[in-house]
Amino acid sequence: MLTKRIIPCLDVKNGQVVKGIKFKDHEVVGSIVELAKKYNYEGADELVFYDIAASTYDGIVSKDWVKIIAEMINIPFCVAGGIKSISDARQILNNGADKVSINTPALENPDLIKELANEFGSQCVVIGIDSMIENNKYIVYSKTGDENTIKNTQIETKEWIDKVQSLGAGEVVLNCMNQDGVRNGYDIVQLNEMLKNCDVPLIASGGAGCMQDFQDVLTDTSSSGALAASVFHKNLVDIKELKEFLLNQSINIRL
Amino acid sequence: MNIGIIDCGGANLNSIYYSFKRLGINAIISNSLNELSEMNAYVLPGVGSADVVMNTLRKRDLINFIKCTNKPILGICIGMQILFDYSEENQTRCLGIIDGNIEKFNVNDGVNVPQMGWNKVECDADKNLNGYYYFANSYFNKDSKFTIGYSSYGNKFSSIIKKDNILGCQFHPEKSSKAGERFLTYFIKLI
Repeated sequence: MLTKRIIPCLDVKNGQVVKGIKFKDHEVVGSIVELAKKYNYEGADELVFYDIAASTYDGIVSKDWVKIIAEMINIPFCVAGGIKSISDARQILNNGADKVSINTPALENPDLIKELANEFGSQCVVIGIDSMIENNKYIVYSKTGDENTIKNTQIETKEWIDKVQSLGAGEVVLNCMNQDGVRNGYDIVQLNEMLKNCDVPLIASGGAGCMQDFQDVLTDTSSSGALAASVFHKNLVDIKELKEFLLNQSINIRL
Repeated sequence: MNIGIIDCGGANLNSIYYSFKRLGINAIISNSLNELSEMNAYVLPGVGSADVVMNTLRKRDLINFIKCTNKPILGICIGMQILFDYSEENQTRCLGIIDGNIEKFNVNDGVNVPQMGWNKVECDADKNLNGYYYFANSYFNKDSKFTIGYSSYGNKFSSIIKKDNILGCQFHPEKSSKAGERFLTYFIKLI
């Protein structure tokens, strides 16, 4: 069976790795090349490169960065940020990404999911979902890269997960926004609720603060992996130590 | 030594190119028969779907070339699947170099489809190849006469096949960290 994946995410803005709290107040935390190299070396199971400002300001993720990272690493590489068409995705994939992750553009044009899956296969198509509880319902938010553009879509997260699967998405990354950047642990309740009707792999995102948080999300939910950013960038958790720790807790992990 | 990565239409051929480059091996990405015939070995890469890859190979007149060459060929993912007779993926007749068929994983076996992540490979023929590799696939071959490596996802399936000059892997060695580098080195030694 598959091992649980530990996935560092590089949130990139203007060519530098940044981190915000609950999607705002971004501060620069490191260099793209150094962090990518470090995570690859420490045994990350995958790397995500996320151009957070691309969708907010009508850009497309810098394809030169994609190429530079792809040349360097030998683990799966997923790229997100403003990919709005087949040709955008092709450029990114041809530059060395293995998967593209779509968030806001999929909400604006759901058929894009189907087109991408038909063209490149479902295994290339990841859907990022930013979700937050509101009046006891989980709701999808779009354009979350900047606090001034963030928008409540009125779509229930559960319905959106159903829809993206039926359109051919191969994986879902669920960013639980209440937890994002605050390092209080993953949103186990929301993840379990959403995993009930998810047949494609689902990656937990938002809230990792310490090694215990990874253990909790990987034992208390059936998430296929755990994504995190600031705990790794700020050296609060070392990926190699984390994986040894999780393996000692009898979680199926690749060392 | 030069390796020809056969361009059969899929995206991300570069990651295979980069992985050989990191091992110090020259590779080119090409769909030209003339250019490819100069190479010492070939990679049939694996992104796309079985029917798209087969149609592209047909259009580019590469089917006979692949079937007839005695030089080592490495089929990766879809590139391994099309070595078989037939794939359930869009009912595609494949190259027929290896006896057997390709079927789809079933969510009723308690697994997510596609299979995406690191799975264990056990290869009795060469224990050096044992380890965790990265998979991203919805289709698989259950077992064949030429299977030398197995993995398990709901059911047991073929993860490495070997027949004469042909090597195939269901996983992506170019994305499988150190285990993947060992596997590519194993292929290079066949040349």
